[in-house]
Amino acid sequence: MKQVSAKADTERATGDVFAAARGRLPGAGPIPQIRARAFDVYKRAGLPHGGMEDWKYTDLRALIGEVLPLAPQPDAEALVRAKASAKQVAADQAIKLVLVDGIFAPELSDLGRLENEVVVRSLREVLENSVSGAMAGLMLSTTSDSAISLNAAMATDGLVITVAEGNAVKRPIQIVHVATGLSVSTYTRSYLQLGNGAHAAVVESFVPAEGASGYQTNDATIALVGDEASLSHIRVAAAASDAVNISSAIIAAGTRAKLDLFSMTCSGSISRYQGFITLAGEGTKLSANGVNLVRHKLHADTTIVVDHAVPHCTSREKFRAVIDDCGRSVFQGRIVVRPGARKTDAALTTRALLLSDQAEADSKPELEILADDVTCGHGATSGALDDTLLFYLRARGLSEKDAQTLLIKAFIGEPIEEITSENLRDFVTAQAEHWLQAGR
Amino acid sequence: MALLEIRELHVGVENREIIRGLHLNVNAGEVHAIMGPNGSGKSTLSHVIAGKPGYEITGGQVLFRGENLLRMEPTERAAKGVFLAFQYPVDIPGVTTMNFLRAAVNAQRKAREQQEFSTPEFLKRVREVAGSLNIPQHMIKRGLNVGFSGGEKKRNEILQMALFEPSLCILDEIDSGLDIDALRIVSSGINALRSPERAMIMITHYRRLLDHIVPDIVHVMSKGRVVKSGGKELALELEACGYAQFEDAA
Ligand SMILES: Nc1ncnc2c1ncn2[C@@H]1O[C@H](COP(=O)(O)OP(=O)(O)OP(=O)(O)O)[C@@H](O)[C@H]1O
Ligand SMILES: [Mg+2]
Repeated sequence: MKQVSAKADTERATGDVFAAARGRLPGAGPIPQIRARAFDVYKRAGLPHGGMEDWKYTDLRALIGEVLPLAPQPDAEALVRAKASAKQVAADQAIKLVLVDGIFAPELSDLGRLENEVVVRSLREVLENSVSGAMAGLMLSTTSDSAISLNAAMATDGLVITVAEGNAVKRPIQIVHVATGLSVSTYTRSYLQLGNGAHAAVVESFVPAEGASGYQTNDATIALVGDEASLSHIRVAAAASDAVNISSAIIAAGTRAKLDLFSMTCSGSISRYQGFITLAGEGTKLSANGVNLVRHKLHADTTIVVDHAVPHCTSREKFRAVIDDCGRSVFQGRIVVRPGARKTDAALTTRALLLSDQAEADSKPELEILADDVTCGHGATSGALDDTLLFYLRARGLSEKDAQTLLIKAFIGEPIEEITSENLRDFVTAQAEHWLQAGR
Repeated sequence: MALLEIRELHVGVENREIIRGLHLNVNAGEVHAIMGPNGSGKSTLSHVIAGKPGYEITGGQVLFRGENLLRMEPTERAAKGVFLAFQYPVDIPGVTTMNFLRAAVNAQRKAREQQEFSTPEFLKRVREVAGSLNIPQHMIKRGLNVGFSGGEKKRNEILQMALFEPSLCILDEIDSGLDIDALRIVSSGINALRSPERAMIMITHYRRLLDHIVPDIVHVMSKGRVVKSGGKELALELEACGYAQFEDAA
């Protein structure tokens, strides 16, 4: 009974949030109606909860209870704080595009340094001025996930990044999401469109500004990757210790494309990264990897669904979690091989390193194979640091802490090594080392 | 004062006594050999000296330069100059041999309040020593011991010993898994490290190693005790007659 009333309260609160925000949400033409429809989809399901198979381990209804009011437009003071944080996480060589409390901040971004090969517009600008049919279609949720529907209804801004056929963007593009507020929520939605043969690397960083706390971030990235195009997408989420981060990536790739995806969560209170990846053209190669670095009470969930829709595609997934204190890491990896997707080659491994007695790891690899003549494998392990290795290192003069750190680095190094760009590998490694240092 | 002095040592594992009243004195400059049947406690003794957790010390003392070694963390023992070449060296994927060597050497130097090596200085030193042990450069760039053959792992242990310059070297079956050429190379590496300031304890089953590295004293260990000590001829006697004659003494 209690739960039912909790659900009703949540929905009322959420309904109020949408009603209150409506006037501020950008969108001309069909967009307001699409938002209302998306919100209806969300409302029917409510906040994701444990009864939904994909959210089995991350019951947002129980964990966060309510959706907070939409963050106000950042003022000058907020932008100053945001600028400092954005600078701290800047990746070497990258072109920075900064979203503050869900609103694109051109004054903090490197628009002037953009290469000619790429076109960047804010979602707000696109929705208010030039809503093509295709864009309107993309505003609709492309999955039935209720967090993504809520995102479609509420998105205040985001980036629309287009790389035309045959163009390669040399420098990585870094979208920095900065939260400056207290107990507010933000919704951003970005589109990455890579034409045939195009290449781009996009980094997404989530950070709080000094003083930000208790906020909720709901971001969605929708990527369309053309034939023989290649996309690197690297997400690093370092939310405030009492903040919620929900990031969804919906990615579809054409023929002989290359996808290099990586996600690392290293702080926050509740984090969910969900990737829905459709390999829609033959000969495409996916490498999807991730690390959860979990301490205190962080609950970090990574859920990846790979859909082998056509024959002859390869997918490789490596996921590692390091869990200390009362932290909990969840990894769900579903591989779907559609009827007729012959010669699919898919492999997934997930390993968790438990550094304390209360640390918890849940992993659920799932294979749904509906075709013949496929190679699919998965493996999952969890355990503590190996005492024999620790002793060997200590006997060679390393302190216990240094020995542990070395072994943890080696453990998470495996998926990090899969990132193709050395520069971005170093960027992710530095962030992971920062996490390791902070715990000492 | 002896470099290492072990008095009446008793060690148990899982309620079973493995070392049962062992005495051993090792002076700087000496090379000792310990021989003994399988399961007599040789590796256990080496682990206890290096500080491996999981053993219960039920009696006796282990003094290193007069200090109570048993009270020190393994890290501290290493910094003070205790080195154990493991019977079974571990492999650690994701940690390159080079990075590991640098971290270990600099940690020890820091603990001894010596200056850390600069990177070029260190690389040069590693290249020299590795070259003398016939360890190719590509091995050093790989994960520590990952995919190394048994003999390569043993050579890697001696490489570390040479870089750390310890005062007490315990070599647990350094000859196992070595082919004839590798045995010669490793032995000459070890011999090069013999010095009046340094002592070595070589645990082995085979006299052949002792032909290359001639010990000052040979001990026979049986059932957790040193049951006989003598000169290098003792190794020959053991080879001729086996350990049966000592079973009763234990
Ligand atoms: N962790 C442990 N748990 C239980 N028994 C142990 C453990 N470690 C050693 N032992 C036992 O202690 C005894 C001595 O083992 P140890 O490895 O020291 O022998 P050793 O003399 O080195 O033999 P070898 O010549 O075969 O290397 C053996 O009977 C072994 O089974
Ligand atoms: Mg042994």
